[in-house]
Amino acid sequence: MTDTSTAVPAATRQSIDTAAAHLKRRYRAERRFKAVGLGAILLAMGFLVLLLWTIISNGASAFMQTYIRVDVTFDAAAIDGDDLPGLVKSSIQQRFPAVESRSEKRELAGLLSSGADLDIRRALAADPSVKGTTQPLWMVASDDVDMAMKGYVSRQPGLAGNRLTDRQIAWLAELEAAGAVKKRFNTILLSSGDSREPELAGLWGAVVGSVFSLAITLLVSFPLGVATAVYLEEFAPKNRWTALIEVNINNLAAVPSVVFGLLGLAIFLNFLGMPRSAPLVGGLVLALICLPTIIIAGRAALKAVPPSIREAALGLGASKQQVVTDHVLPLAMPGIMTGTILGMAHALGETAPLLMIGMVAFIVDIPATPLDPSAVLPVQVYLWADSPERAFVERTSAAILVLLVFLGAMNLAAIMLRKKFERRW
Amino acid sequence: MTHLPSRLAKVSARDVNVHYGEKHALKHVDLDIRANEVTALIGPSGCGKSTFLRCINRMNDQIENAHVSGALTLDGQDIYDKGIDVVQLRARVGMVFQKPNPFPKSIFDNVAYGPRIHGLARDQAELDEIVMTSLEKAGLLTEVRDRLDEPGTGLSGGQQQRLCIARAIAVSPELILMDEPCSALDPIATAKVEELIDELRENYTIVIVTHSMQQAARVSQRTAFFHLGELVEVADTEQIFTNPQHPLTQGYITGRFG
Repeated sequence: MTDTSTAVPAATRQSIDTAAAHLKRRYRAERRFKAVGLGAILLAMGFLVLLLWTIISNGASAFMQTYIRVDVTFDAAAIDGDDLPGLVKSSIQQRFPAVESRSEKRELAGLLSSGADLDIRRALAADPSVKGTTQPLWMVASDDVDMAMKGYVSRQPGLAGNRLTDRQIAWLAELEAAGAVKKRFNTILLSSGDSREPELAGLWGAVVGSVFSLAITLLVSFPLGVATAVYLEEFAPKNRWTALIEVNINNLAAVPSVVFGLLGLAIFLNFLGMPRSAPLVGGLVLALICLPTIIIAGRAALKAVPPSIREAALGLGASKQQVVTDHVLPLAMPGIMTGTILGMAHALGETAPLLMIGMVAFIVDIPATPLDPSAVLPVQVYLWADSPERAFVERTSAAILVLLVFLGAMNLAAIMLRKKFERRW
Repeated sequence: MTHLPSRLAKVSARDVNVHYGEKHALKHVDLDIRANEVTALIGPSGCGKSTFLRCINRMNDQIENAHVSGALTLDGQDIYDKGIDVVQLRARVGMVFQKPNPFPKSIFDNVAYGPRIHGLARDQAELDEIVMTSLEKAGLLTEVRDRLDEPGTGLSGGQQQRLCIARAIAVSPELILMDEPCSALDPIATAKVEELIDELRENYTIVIVTHSMQQAARVSQRTAFFHLGELVEVADTEQIFTNPQHPLTQGYITGRFG
C-alpha cells in the first residue's frame, strides 16, 4: 500500500470527489423518502383520531339515560287488570293535578317513555308487597326529554320546530327543580332488543345475533379452510386442476361480499329452505366470505414452515400425515389463527351480504338459538342510522363503539393466541 | 472398479441414474457401501453426491420431477421395489442433515419422536431408556442431562447437530446417511462430531457427504469421488488420498479444481 495522502492519482481523487457529491444527494433523497413515509403515517393517524373522536363524542352520551321520579300509587285494581300504562299516566297526573284537558294530559304523559310501565312491572317483580302502597319510582323518560336534558334539542320555549311543547318544557323545569330528573347508566342500551322508541332500544339482540353468526362462521370456515389449505399445500399434486383451484380461491377473496349474500339467498334460503334473518344463514354466508382469507393465510403459514423440519421428520420415517399433524401444522398454527381471526373480524363488520338474506328486519326479541330471527351489530348500526329520531344519532355512534370494542377484543385475542402458540426454530 | 461380494455390501448400487426433469444428475453409478464402515462421498458442488445419498433413503421421492432408475439394494433388497414401505425403509436408514434441524420441541421429545411414531417403546420407562442411551451414544447426555425439558433449538449449533444424530440413532437404524453434517459447525464442534462418527462406526454403517477432504481423510475408511454426476473412483480412503488412480481425482484432492 502506498501512502494515500501524497500518492493519490488525480483520476482517483476526482472520482472520490464525485462520489462525495453524489453521497450528499443520496442522503437528501433518503431524508425525503423518510419524511414522506412519516407524513403518510401522521396523516393516517390524524384521520383515525378524528374518526374515533367523532364517534366517541357523539356516542358517549348514549350510555346515560334520563329518568324521572314520580310517586306511583300501586293500585291493586289497575295491576290486576294489567293496565300498567294507565297507572303510569295516572301517577304523573297526580304529580301535576292542575292539568285537566285531554291534550294537556297527552303532553304530560309524553314526558315519560311509552315503556315506563316496564319500570312498574320491574318494581312489582322485585318487591310484590308494594302493591296497594304509594312509592316514589324512577321511570324512563321519553326520548325527547332525554335529548333535551342532554342539550341536543332546545329547551327554549316558543321556538318553532321544538320537539317539546312549551308546557312540557315548563313541567320538566319544575320536575328538575324538585330533583326528580336525573341521568343514570343506560342499562337498556346494553340489555334490550331493538325498539322503535329510542329510549327503549338496545343492542343486546344484535350482540347475541353477532355472536351466534360468528360462532357458526368459525365452526364452518376454520375446519374447512384449514383442511383445504393443508390439502392444497401438502398433499395435492401440482397440476392444471390444482392451479385452476388456486386461481379461483384467490379470485374469490376479491369477490364483492354482496355477491356472497345473493348466493346465500339462492342456496340457503330458496333452495335449502332455511329460515330467513337467522344467524345460522348469516354465519354460513359469512363463512363463505371468510374461507378464501383463511385458505390463503393458512397456505402462507404452511409454506413458511422451514423445509428442514419436514425433512427431519421424513428422515425419521414419519408418514406424510405425521409430518403434517406433528410438525407442520403446529408450527403454522399461529399464522393460521391470525388469518382466521382477521377473517372473522372482517366478517363481524360485514353488512351487505346479510341484507340479502333478510337480516335487516326489525327484530325486537333476543334470539335464543341461531335459528331465531336476529339482527347483527353492523346491521343494527345501519338500521339506527336510518331512523329519523334525534336520539338514534347518539345510539348509532354508541352501537359503533360497541362494534369497535368487539373488533378490538378479537384482535387482542389474535395477538394473545399468536403469542401463546408461537414457537421458535 | 472392484465389486464386492454382496455379503459384505450393505448398500449396493448398480447402474443408478437420477434425472431431475431434463437434467441427468447421476449417471450410471455402481457403488458398494460396506457394513460397519464410514464411506465418504466427495466431489465438487453439483457432482451428484447428495443426490446419491438421498436415493438411499428415497428422500428424492419428495422432489416432484425426480426419477431414479437402476438397481439400489439394501441388504440385497431393492430399495425402489414397489413392495418397499418408505416409512420402514427410513426407520432402517437414518439421516443427518447439513443444517442442524432439531424440532422446536424439548430435547427429550426430539429424541423420543422417532421411537414414538414407530412404536419402539412399550412404556414410558422404555422410552426414557431409549432416549438416554441415544443421547449417551451421541455424546450429548452429560451436557443436557439436567435440561431435557428445554427446547432443542436452544442448544449450540454443535450440540444441535449431535442432538440430530441422537434422534437418528434412537430409531436404531442400520445405516446413517450424513449430508455435510459439519458444514454449519465451528472446528471444535466439528471435531466432536467427527469423533462421534468414528465411535458410531462400530454399530452402524455410515455414508457421509463432505466438502472437506481433510474430514473425508479423517473419518472414512472408503472414499468415493464423484464428478459431474459420475462416480470417478472409489477406493480405500488411504489409497484415494495417497495414490489416486484417476487424473480427475488427483486434480480434485490436490486442489487444482473444485
